[in-house]
Amino acid sequence: MKMKIVVLAKQVPDTRNVGKDAMKEDGTVNRGVLPAIFNPDDLNALELALTIKDKLKDVEITVITMGPTRAADIIREAIYRGADKGYLLTDRKFAGSDTLATSYALSKAVEKIKPDLVVCGLQAIDGDTAQVGPQIAEKLRLPQVTYVEKLESVDNKQMLLTRRLERGVETVSVPFPALITVHSSAAPCRPKHAKRMLKYKHAHTTTELQEQHRDYTDMFKEKPYLHIEEWNTEAVGADEKHLGLGGSPTKVKEIESVVLVQKESKRFTEKDQDIDQLMKELLETRVIG
Amino acid sequence: MKNIFVYCELTEEHRIADVSLELLSKGKKLADKLNVDLEAVVLGVQLDNAFEQLRSFGVSTIHYADDKQLFPYKTLTHAKLVQALFEKEQPEIVLFGATSVGRDLAPRIASALRCGLTADCTNLVIGNHVDERKNQNYENLLYQIRPAFGGNIIATIINPETRPQMATVREGVMKLEPQAVKNNPVKKKIDVSLLKPMDEVVKILHRHIEPPKVNLKAAQIMVAGGYGMGSKENFQILYELADLLGAEVGGTRAAVDAGFCGHERQIGQTGVTVRPKLYIACGISGAVQHRAGMDQSSKIISINTSIHAPINAIADYVVVGDVMKVIPKMMQSYKKQIK
Repeated sequence: MKMKIVVLAKQVPDTRNVGKDAMKEDGTVNRGVLPAIFNPDDLNALELALTIKDKLKDVEITVITMGPTRAADIIREAIYRGADKGYLLTDRKFAGSDTLATSYALSKAVEKIKPDLVVCGLQAIDGDTAQVGPQIAEKLRLPQVTYVEKLESVDNKQMLLTRRLERGVETVSVPFPALITVHSSAAPCRPKHAKRMLKYKHAHTTTELQEQHRDYTDMFKEKPYLHIEEWNTEAVGADEKHLGLGGSPTKVKEIESVVLVQKESKRFTEKDQDIDQLMKELLETRVIG
Repeated sequence: MKNIFVYCELTEEHRIADVSLELLSKGKKLADKLNVDLEAVVLGVQLDNAFEQLRSFGVSTIHYADDKQLFPYKTLTHAKLVQALFEKEQPEIVLFGATSVGRDLAPRIASALRCGLTADCTNLVIGNHVDERKNQNYENLLYQIRPAFGGNIIATIINPETRPQMATVREGVMKLEPQAVKNNPVKKKIDVSLLKPMDEVVKILHRHIEPPKVNLKAAQIMVAGGYGMGSKENFQILYELADLLGAEVGGTRAAVDAGFCGHERQIGQTGVTVRPKLYIACGISGAVQHRAGMDQSSKIISINTSIHAPINAIADYVVVGDVMKVIPKMMQSYKKQIK
């Protein structure tokens, strides 16, 4: 029987390039103004899923991402790298969701696929919480293995996985179905495949094509693999009251800009006599030595 | 009821982890402020040392289970017992260490209890909240304070409606402050008969745990490098300076991500928090997440080519220059002057 794997991936603002308008007034992230990338740990997660497919062959990898229309980029990129298909979970009702509401929406989407395995990145660089994976596992009543660094072996019944912990490693066995989260130290993702890029570069969601005023009905009929399906609240059978700001137990009370109070500091240049002076002062005040 | 709970992690040596003791220290202050009790949860085996340690932190009750199914930590066994305990005890606040255990367990519990959880808090404060839209006052909420997105802001997160209010905190963020007088907490045994074979589906086959290699928290002097160090090769000079001064070497997240040094050396909100006598920041611009992990250092030297680096604002000494020139000169000058 074909094994089904779901990889959960997130499009994240590239927090290495953050400008001033990064936050909206309600304290949520203004994603519009930042370059958007494939969350790094989620690429490690995709690679792990692809490795399982290499070994077991009869495996279908579905990528699910939750986000606005432009997050369809994540599905395309995952398909270029070897995923079989993807769904974009998108709805205005998701806006402002915290990790609990997000995990609820994603768990409803995963339920539609009924996979043997869910693979997520350990954490996303825009929040670093590492919470969504375990929360989805709980909602789906799945065992979880977090901090996965390496797939040691896999057959149709179970996997052996090595986890990267603070002070060492731990190897565990876990039967299917299960959810795992993959650490950044795991194998990096294989590159985009040129042939797959050619085949799938016109894969789009209906909304994307509507925005470009293109007629898509014939194209999707002829080449259904180019249709990236969009799922909204109704499509996954989610209950609105658990979504968005209303479904989020955590609220942002306030956002404070950090104002640095300038300390009285002594300035030095890199000239020899300046450095001598600095070291002399440190030694005299017994800060060093 | 309405008490503050700390999930206490056990180390390989069956002692309570420092991060948990730090949370108990903070938890005691919050409990005093709210006029409630502080309670501890300990699951594992060989708990005698842990019980003794817990006498120094003002804990009223220890909820414990001593059973071989509970050590080493496994998600499902711990999650089931902790969830059942919280459903019964209805804590007001629960604190977890932001470790590979706490970050595995806390979200699973939060999902089961449908309560809020804030990761990597750098401060926890009790305060009130007025919701003007609902025209409702909330008293004595836990303000979960953390640097957020991008780093130039500090966010205060609250959970007005749901209980418990849960937060994770990294090691070193809160101060470890034992009480002056020891007490004898009440010990309440947790019923492990709840555990079923299905909670044991994940099996630990092999563990290789090493003693901690670097102890950044204990260092009196910290030499830390940022992305501005330029390369892993350049980073080596920091080890030379550290050897000379008897210091430890740390790095910013950017330096760790760039591969200049290992994760275990990361200083900041998602790394270790340090409070050394002297902090030498080399090629570090000073994002708020980094400063959160070092701004309580007694003296700070910043070495940076830019006079506008944010870290200069909190530095006692600012050297404007190229680290690769400045550090050799510092070493030379130091050797000359201690003769």
